[in-house]
Amino acid sequence: MEARGKAFRYGDNVDTDVIIPARYLNTTDPAELARHCMEDIDSSFIGSVKKGDVIVAAKNFGCGSSREHAPIAIKAAGVSCVIATTFARIFYRNAINIGLPIMECPAAVEAIKAGDEIEVNFATGSIRDLTTGKSFKAEGFPEFMQKIIDADGLIPYVQARLGLAGRKA
Amino acid sequence: MAMTMTQKILAAHAGLAEVHPGQLIEAKLDLVLGNDITAPVAIKEFNKIGVKTVFDRKKVVLVPDHFTPNKDIKAAEQCKLMRSFADTHDIENYFEIGKMGIEHALIPEQGLITAGDCAIGADSHTCTYGALGAFSTGVGSTDMAAAMATGTAWFKVPGAIKVILEGKPREWVGGKDLILHLIGLIGVDGALYQSLEFSGPGVTALSIDDRLTVANMAIEAGAKNGIFPVDEATLAYLKEHGAKAPVVYHPDPDAAYERVVKIDLSALEPTVSFPHLPSNTKTVRESGEVRIDQSVIGSCTNGRISDLRIAAKILKGRKVAKGVRTIVFPATQAIYLQALREGLIEIFIEAGAAVSTPTCGPCLGGHMGILAEGERAVATTNRNFVGRMGHVKSEVYLASPAVAAASAVAGRIVSPDML
Repeated sequence: MEARGKAFRYGDNVDTDVIIPARYLNTTDPAELARHCMEDIDSSFIGSVKKGDVIVAAKNFGCGSSREHAPIAIKAAGVSCVIATTFARIFYRNAINIGLPIMECPAAVEAIKAGDEIEVNFATGSIRDLTTGKSFKAEGFPEFMQKIIDADGLIPYVQARLGLAGRKA
Repeated sequence: MAMTMTQKILAAHAGLAEVHPGQLIEAKLDLVLGNDITAPVAIKEFNKIGVKTVFDRKKVVLVPDHFTPNKDIKAAEQCKLMRSFADTHDIENYFEIGKMGIEHALIPEQGLITAGDCAIGADSHTCTYGALGAFSTGVGSTDMAAAMATGTAWFKVPGAIKVILEGKPREWVGGKDLILHLIGLIGVDGALYQSLEFSGPGVTALSIDDRLTVANMAIEAGAKNGIFPVDEATLAYLKEHGAKAPVVYHPDPDAAYERVVKIDLSALEPTVSFPHLPSNTKTVRESGEVRIDQSVIGSCTNGRISDLRIAAKILKGRKVAKGVRTIVFPATQAIYLQALREGLIEIFIEAGAAVSTPTCGPCLGGHMGILAEGERAVATTNRNFVGRMGHVKSEVYLASPAVAAASAVAGRIVSPDML
């Protein structure tokens, strides 16, 4: 699984309130949530983000509220992957559970500049900055989490375990 | 292998003799919680799984508390979806308007959690119940959906920071000052992926309400959970609220901690978190002149009866400063009624404060107290992120009920002894 796009850069402690402000949480529609993604930290984000683009942030990305609307909004905005130094733990779970690729890679975070063209391979953890020619390797996931990722998220994983794969409610 | 209190609870719920930090386990759950923001997403995901009903209709708890009483049509639709799900699956613990409360005040009050339980909630402040010796942690909606279907959740076993409490807090200093001080000390990711395990002789100096405030904000240090040892006060609280029989776990004396932090409660002062991170703490004395437009007293952090009693003690016979909107939110209907019977509501109204039905409203910038551009609030809530209570250029200062009430009177941030 590969993706390619432009890097959007942010700093430490990007909280879920700025990823998707609570005033928009009266809906669960991913497309509507996406229209307000990052609005309170970067009002130009949603006007310029394109499918495949990458968010690159520093420490504790996604801290605060447990709102899954945050990774849902990021995914629905077309972002292919979030690369950070560390993730807040609920955001980390949520991203894996809904199938938003995330990568922990301090070296990449240090080197990648806003606007750089980035190529990521989720299967190998490889991150390439095509603008500067630098390559990085993200931390791998524990086997159990990789199984959830490979199943495309927690719901299909649970369905398979319960022998309900493919069934629709 | 020696284990922390959290690790023992997780091991027991995973059916394992022992667990170690970093281990991935699947644990059985005693409680699965959701609210009107997170449950609608969870319900959609649950319906995709294909199971007929929830794993245990008594262990799923649904509370419409965030945008309720319904603030707009979309919020009403979300509540309707949750209500209909509760009906379909005969959920015993669905709390309608008129019976509800802010979830993390309501669940301990209703005796739905006990010591030794393993609980998850699709709300980050689910860590509150650690005050009662339970393992509880916030998750997202998809985790909630899977848990409603299976009664289990996956966890990475956390290491821990041991917080040793000594001494006794001075007048007007309480649980909120302690947790703000601790977050200031270790940072908003100081306990990332870890437990905060409280211990030491100072624990008994903290009331259960204080401990609930402290555990509530463990997430604000990035922690997976915050947990207190079970003592006589815990057991008395659980009994009074009709909780099921507690299972008491003690950390092993030789349990490994990643860090030990000692706090002398008697040295704590009234503390404030400045915008825009809970870790930007200063004592009130160091705060300088901070004029305020609004004072919010309530929330899952500080909307319990003892919080209201402190605020009333300060507001009694005084008036809210001109130009300060003061809003008091009892956290549950029972607390509201108790405050009414004790005459606290009358004190608030005579002081010029508004009193609201229980809601999370202003804490997350939902409704019932939104800030305009350039406005400042002192609030007993839990987060002061950019735009948290309204306009992206508004500011929230986190403080205790004592400081919020005193500041309402002064029109600027002060502690009660400065009035």
